[in-house]
Amino acid sequence: MWYRRLLLALLLAPALLWLFALIILPHLDLALLSFRERVAPREYVASLAQYRTFFGEPLYWHVFVRTALMSAIATVLTLLVAFPIAWIIAKLARGRMSALLFVVCLIPFWVSETVRTLGWMILLRESGVLPALLVHLGITREPVELLYHDATILVGLVYTSLLFMVVPLVSSLESLDNALIEAAYDLGGKGWSILREIVIPHAAPGITAGCIVVFMLTLGNYLTPTLLGGKSSQWFTEQIYTQFITRFNWEQGAAFGFLLLALSTAMVWLGLKISGQRFSDVMRRA
Amino acid sequence: MNAPTIAVSGATPDLEVRSVSKRFATHVAVDTLSFSVARGSFFSILGPSGCGKTTLLRMIAGFIQPDSGDIAIGGRSMAQVAPNRRPVNMVFQHLALFPMMSVAQNVAFGLARRGVGRAERLRRAEAMLERVGLAGAGGKRTDELSGGQRQRVAIARSLVLEPTLLLLDEPLGALDLKLREHMKLELKQLQSAFGTTFVYITHDQSEALVLSDHVGVMNHGRFEQLGTPQELYYSPATSFVADFVGANNRLAGKALSITASLVEVDTGGGWVVRARRHGEIAAGAAVEAFIRPEAAMLGRTPAELPAGQTAHSGEVTGMLFDGANSVVLLRESRSGLQLRIALPQTGAYSDLTVGARVCFTFDPERAICFPARAASA
Repeated sequence: MWYRRLLLALLLAPALLWLFALIILPHLDLALLSFRERVAPREYVASLAQYRTFFGEPLYWHVFVRTALMSAIATVLTLLVAFPIAWIIAKLARGRMSALLFVVCLIPFWVSETVRTLGWMILLRESGVLPALLVHLGITREPVELLYHDATILVGLVYTSLLFMVVPLVSSLESLDNALIEAAYDLGGKGWSILREIVIPHAAPGITAGCIVVFMLTLGNYLTPTLLGGKSSQWFTEQIYTQFITRFNWEQGAAFGFLLLALSTAMVWLGLKISGQRFSDVMRRA
Repeated sequence: MNAPTIAVSGATPDLEVRSVSKRFATHVAVDTLSFSVARGSFFSILGPSGCGKTTLLRMIAGFIQPDSGDIAIGGRSMAQVAPNRRPVNMVFQHLALFPMMSVAQNVAFGLARRGVGRAERLRRAEAMLERVGLAGAGGKRTDELSGGQRQRVAIARSLVLEPTLLLLDEPLGALDLKLREHMKLELKQLQSAFGTTFVYITHDQSEALVLSDHVGVMNHGRFEQLGTPQELYYSPATSFVADFVGANNRLAGKALSITASLVEVDTGGGWVVRARRHGEIAAGAAVEAFIRPEAAMLGRTPAELPAGQTAHSGEVTGMLFDGANSVVLLRESRSGLQLRIALPQTGAYSDLTVGARVCFTFDPERAICFPARAASA
């Protein structure tokens, strides 16, 4: 049966090559980079200095924690916004209507993220559309700057992530038999208790999958926080960018990269533990 | 139709449906239907798919609002009462057990919604599971149970709430034949053990006949007949009932002559049969006659048939052996019509072969003749 193994190997080869050349190899190199220190021009020694700098400098871990918190908040907000949308698509809309709503969620992604985010800037900047409208309606006397707030960053992140939450939610809600909801109602259940006892437990793998994807995307997002938050965004990816590009300190940037990887791994693990889901079940839904 | 009351005298019927109608965009699903169901009885609504029986059941449960008319349960009008507040519970077609909960949690679900404390509801759920023969199964997952056990959980989950009425939406439809036969008996036993009024919908006439105290045969949103299984079988009120309930031989033809109780029917090819008259029939009118397979008697020669009855002849086209329900298919000589005749259980004619010529006869009193339906199904 050697030819079967050969066939399997050949079939897997592109994927394995991709995994090895583009993911494992660069990460190994970055890992090596992060554990060395430059002592003189072109002279390096192995050390934990990069990681020590991170913990020694309050700015770095402050930004780190802030990024984690903001990402968590953005994930929860995305879930709250996406759930009713997914419910309408999966349960209330029929046939063409449901497909149409899905397309409406997809349309923003036909435009590149940069253009989309710049669109937000046109709407929100001091001389932009929304502040002018507020003045026109007499709500504010002078145009207010709506950019560069934490809330603005969150709005942008939720907007960017929405589709990645809606898709797994729709698929998990579609598989929920309507008879279960009717049965729960028939047995005396009300809206909230049916949601808590029937809908959420059924959709849990979809909810967890959506949250993991959105959290990872948000944590690693660079463009949205930078453009909408400006200097005050303090996103950890900016720190990584600064180390690599501005400071040319690849060692420090690599260490930051690994810290971010550790953070997202830890948060996903924690999320799975709290929701009591198994990773394999969740990934099948995503 | 007047409201046929089959309530035990004095007691309020558990379910009263008064002139209920429901119209969907293009057709009338339920057409000014009235009936009542006596306390503690097993009532079935039997009809082909699309006859409106599911709509009727869902209106009783409260998932659909009737366009007009009223539904009273336990003597109380349900007009403004939401499904979760009605003294009615439903066993769904595919049971709709909650897969995310254990068996005991399924049974305790309704009690929890009523605010019964945790310890008390688990005690009551366990007691209910014991009554349906599932003692100790409370900790299992629902997918660990067999089809029959799942059905018992679905019934226990409803009955633990002590509803006035239990609605069952073809719960046996998804089961295989053997289990279905078994569950029929079990349903009947559960119903008599609990004494709860059951309203059961089905398209399977055997289920309706075996289980019910009373059956409403439904067609195009109306009851064609409401009566005991025996009444439906032996004295169908309409040709639809005669056709739908039990396997029946249907002979369409023209009325030749009419006496006080009998009609002579010409089936087209010069074959004339006599049948009991039902309804107004004029000579020359189109009619439908029905003969039950077991009402006809077989013989190899006319001499074997009872004297004094008209002998007919035919050719065997098939033998369907099914134990006690075995039938022979034959083609009547003159009309070429296909007939089913039950084989006697003595096994006397089990050696008949395809192509053999046989005689048969039937008592005209046991055949029945209706005016033809406008659009015969």
